[in-house]
Amino acid sequence: MARNAKSLSRKRLHEMYRTMLRIRRFEERTDELFMAGQIKGAVHVSIGQEACSVGVCSTLNQDDAILTTHRGHGHSIAKGTRLPEMMAELLGRSTGLCKARGGSMHIADVSMGHYGAHSIVGANMPMAAGMGLAYQLEKKKQVAVVFFGDGASNQGSFHESMNMCAIWKLPVIFFCENNQYAVSFGVERSTAVQDISVRAQGYDAPGVTVDGMDVTAVYEATAEAVARARKGDGPSLIEAKTYRFFGHSRGDPQFGPYRTEAEVQKWRKRDPLIVAEKLLKMTKAEKEAHEAAIKKEMDDANRFAEESPKASLESALEDVYA
Amino acid sequence: MREINFVDALNEALHEEMERDEKVICLGEDIELAYVFGVTKGLKDKFGGDRVRDTPISELGIVGAAVGAAMAGYRPMVEIMFMDFIMLAMDPLVNQAAKLRYMLGGQLSIPMVVRTPGGGGVQYGPTHSQVLEAWFMQVPGLKVACPSDPADGKGLLKAAIRDDNPVFFCEHKMLYKMKGPVPDGDHIVPFGQAAVKREGSDITLIGVGYQVHNCLRAAEELAKEGISAEVVDPRTVAPLDTATLAESVRKTNRCVVVEEGHLRSGVGAEISSAIQEEAFDYLDAPIGRVAALNAPIPFDPDLEDFVLPNSGNVVEAAKKALGVPV
Repeated sequence: MARNAKSLSRKRLHEMYRTMLRIRRFEERTDELFMAGQIKGAVHVSIGQEACSVGVCSTLNQDDAILTTHRGHGHSIAKGTRLPEMMAELLGRSTGLCKARGGSMHIADVSMGHYGAHSIVGANMPMAAGMGLAYQLEKKKQVAVVFFGDGASNQGSFHESMNMCAIWKLPVIFFCENNQYAVSFGVERSTAVQDISVRAQGYDAPGVTVDGMDVTAVYEATAEAVARARKGDGPSLIEAKTYRFFGHSRGDPQFGPYRTEAEVQKWRKRDPLIVAEKLLKMTKAEKEAHEAAIKKEMDDANRFAEESPKASLESALEDVYA
Repeated sequence: MREINFVDALNEALHEEMERDEKVICLGEDIELAYVFGVTKGLKDKFGGDRVRDTPISELGIVGAAVGAAMAGYRPMVEIMFMDFIMLAMDPLVNQAAKLRYMLGGQLSIPMVVRTPGGGGVQYGPTHSQVLEAWFMQVPGLKVACPSDPADGKGLLKAAIRDDNPVFFCEHKMLYKMKGPVPDGDHIVPFGQAAVKREGSDITLIGVGYQVHNCLRAAEELAKEGISAEVVDPRTVAPLDTATLAESVRKTNRCVVVEEGHLRSGVGAEISSAIQEEAFDYLDAPIGRVAALNAPIPFDPDLEDFVLPNSGNVVEAAKKALGVPV
């Protein structure tokens, strides 16, 4: 951990911590609003996986692209997605990022290089390859990062996309958050390999497994993959071992049917916020300052959303051309 | 006017559009050598391997990559070697390409074309002979073109490439060698405009894609018996120009709809419904429908001919609608 931390300044690490805290508090807020019946539909929180979102996105520029999943709040926030408009989307407001048509599973903020949460598991990987192809053709040094889970690594789209990116040396980073479960199906039962990163070998690409609870480890591995992609050397696969502290979605308990309380507690000891606090030797005052700043952001976002009008019924028929 | 075949007409459209707009790129299996039907011939030599590239056999990957390239500002044209193979890429086409502009609140659009040959008549059997326009016309967010001759093929393909939204472009294999007049210059056929391919006064025959030709053959046969049939080609089924179809029926008072797909939930069901809504009082007989029989398309030529619609079926349906003994 100490080795990894060297390339990051203390100031930068504090910023990354704050972004992780922003994600944590945002998702806690969405969970509350969901339980209160204000957010409808499906909400999949990524609490426990914040180091992945922040470690990756901290290596990117605004004009680099991310494509994420149904569990995408964290990636969205880490890429700079505007919180008020994101909260407005979750609450079905006209000011929502997707005009209340996408909801939690389809958040996007193209202005920030966030090309969408894609809720069909594995669907985002071919799209990332296509964006990488565009960047290569443009001869720009942009990269596309695609987030996916352990479950998606068993989709054909993963293999088709890795192969295309490898043969054409496309600037794409495949970032697998192995949170151990595809809904209720454990990775050791779903997946033929212990480390998903070894699948990169089948495509002659680098593959590494990192500690997904340590934001600095994620940052270092991603920075290397991004540098490689910008140089024109092609794709990389990074597997972060991580854990979602909550259930798959609301209604799914934290433990019980498919995992034990002891297992959850074991992972919670390595909460990415705690890991970062220890690394920073964070003082109580520093922590309180982060909390206070984030609380204000959350309140502002909430207020913006609640003061925005609901999306009009007529708007449900806009942006349809055939 | 000069006459060229359907393949050359499509090829011209691709050459012209790639020349006009450097954001147009082509992806597909064996397209560099244009190895199967030849529509992409000469493109790689002229525009280079960056813009015209062979892909691995990964339909899901290719169509998904086209969506991604479109998101990043390109105008990809994907060739799917046989229409049947598009089922491997239903997710990127239907769940992604068709929905992204809407789902993301209009933050981006997906200008892409999937061109693909469908249809029977060449003894390729159940998994290489289907026409699927009926499936795709049901999806909000997809445009679907079914040209029936070289001029429309060229004009619709150019319009499709310039469209800011995804287009599923149906080419029928039986059309590829067919010659027809094609205007010189920048010939564009707008989507959503049906064309009267033969004028007549006694009955309207509406044909989709290649079935326009069975309608034209049937019209010839009917003319020998003194029956004047009008043949109308919707050219695109999404959007569907029901106004022109209904206008013809208001003139002839009778109608048969002919398609190569299956009858159940077919394009003809949608067209018939639209006509009875728009021209019910003008109809003197129930609308007739001709489609493939309810079976996969078999390989053997005799069996295939039996299952696919032909001009005789159209003549029969027309006479039934006219109350003429068959």
